Amino acid sequence: MTEQNDPTATQYVVLIYERMSPNWPDDVPPEVAQANEEVDAKIEARGGRILAGVALGPASTATSIRGGAITDGPFIETKEGLAGLFLLEARDLDHAIELARMTPIADGGVEVRPLLGFMIPEPS
Amino acid sequence: MRVVRDIDVAEEAVQDAYVQALRRWERDGIPDRPGAWLTTVARRTGLNLLQRRRTLETKLPLLLDRYPEPGDPRVEEAPVIGDDRLRLVFTCCHPALAPEAQVALTLRLVCGVPTADIARGFLVAEPTMAARLTRAKKKIAAARIPYAVPTAAELPERLDAVLTVIHLLYATGHTAPSGADLVRHELCDRALDLAVLVRRLLPDEREAAGLHALLLVHHARRATRVDGSGKLLRLEEQDRSQWDRALIDEADRLIVAALRAGPPGRFTLQAAIAAVHAQAPGYEVTDWPQIVALYDELFRVWPSPVVALNRAVAVAEVDGPAAALPLVEILEQDGRLDGYRYLPATKADLLHRLGRHAEAADAYRAALRLTDNAAEQDFLAERASAEDAST
Repeated sequence: MTEQNDPTATQYVVLIYERMSPNWPDDVPPEVAQANEEVDAKIEARGGRILAGVALGPASTATSIRGGAITDGPFIETKEGLAGLFLLEARDLDHAIELARMTPIADGGVEVRPLLGFMIPEPS
Repeated sequence: MRVVRDIDVAEEAVQDAYVQALRRWERDGIPDRPGAWLTTVARRTGLNLLQRRRTLETKLPLLLDRYPEPGDPRVEEAPVIGDDRLRLVFTCCHPALAPEAQVALTLRLVCGVPTADIARGFLVAEPTMAARLTRAKKKIAAARIPYAVPTAAELPERLDAVLTVIHLLYATGHTAPSGADLVRHELCDRALDLAVLVRRLLPDEREAAGLHALLLVHHARRATRVDGSGKLLRLEEQDRSQWDRALIDEADRLIVAALRAGPPGRFTLQAAIAAVHAQAPGYEVTDWPQIVALYDELFRVWPSPVVALNRAVAVAEVDGPAAALPLVEILEQDGRLDGYRYLPATKADLLHRLGRHAEAADAYRAALRLTDNAAEQDFLAERASAEDAST
């Protein structure tokens, strides 16, 4: 488990849902890509912190496993797909929402959830 | 702003103790010293609560005890209580909670209404309501919805959410969506209490005064909305001599002060519209042009199709039903009001006035299919039959 540097902060996961265009992510608008470069600093300036970020390949490259069956495509087919996520440290939900609103989005939205656990195994 | 956390008591063992306490207190009643009892339970779970005990003992009663009522001298004498209640209102009315949960939590935690009574108010079984409340409380704790009055930058948006909850609470009592009685006075009284409280605690917020004024005008007319047998009476059928003039005058003072202080928001404008109606000696002599003008302004700050529908009703009084019908038909095509019973009911009334009785009967029946309230059902069925008889 990660240590919380600030004992009064809570960790949240910001799930980024985007409408996946055919060539996603190559046709992500340049201003969105640029904003992604700057979001860390912006969030820190507002008293929060990004602890980790994860970008996903497009839904068309997903493979799903349910029980014994393997199928092509994402687990849940929706108009907007999960594009990535980041881990955020914030004071409370209002702060987390304020920070999550700064997520660069082309055509979609974000979901904020409290983080229960985050594990990076120690090398043996 | 106070950055007190997580509705203060809800972590780990404390959360356990809290849940156990709720269960046990529901069964056995609240013990003499709830704080001490909780500490004992939490110790049993093996966690050191010494540092937390104080928070626990000072904050838990906030969540669970009955609050003094607005108007209770203790509220005036103890601004800390007022502050805490305001924080609690903002927590309970947080947009991260489902709207129904916001209303139910506010009733439970801010007004101290027992879960059984809230369940009755919303026509659900008590365990259902208890489960909804528990789920909402768990989300407050797990997602850390802050127990705080929002910052000045956030306040307008968040205050709007609070005022909307209070308005929704009043509306639920005012025209119960289902059930035998049209009005559930208990819910209306609680909503009015809350409106008074929020206005007192945020005296500079004009919209808080606007909502209070709006509810006062509704309240002034509440005795005349149904006849002796519980049948719904339309505005033009209500006995205006029974309207409570003192409440209407009080609302008027609030509205005038709010309008003088700056550009009006949606609650102040709705209150102004209600007050124009309330001040008219009769339906026909209502200042309809002023009402249309107020609706124009309301639509500008709050472009809702419901506002557009109400505006159409006022337009019918100024320019006639033929002018208003196309406005209602545009809203029908818009689709956002599908399922809203007052859309076909309004259309039916306009068609009736245009002598198009067969279409009016159909529209009344369309409205009838959309309401579960017995008083409204009787009203609409009667209108549909009358139209049938006129064709």
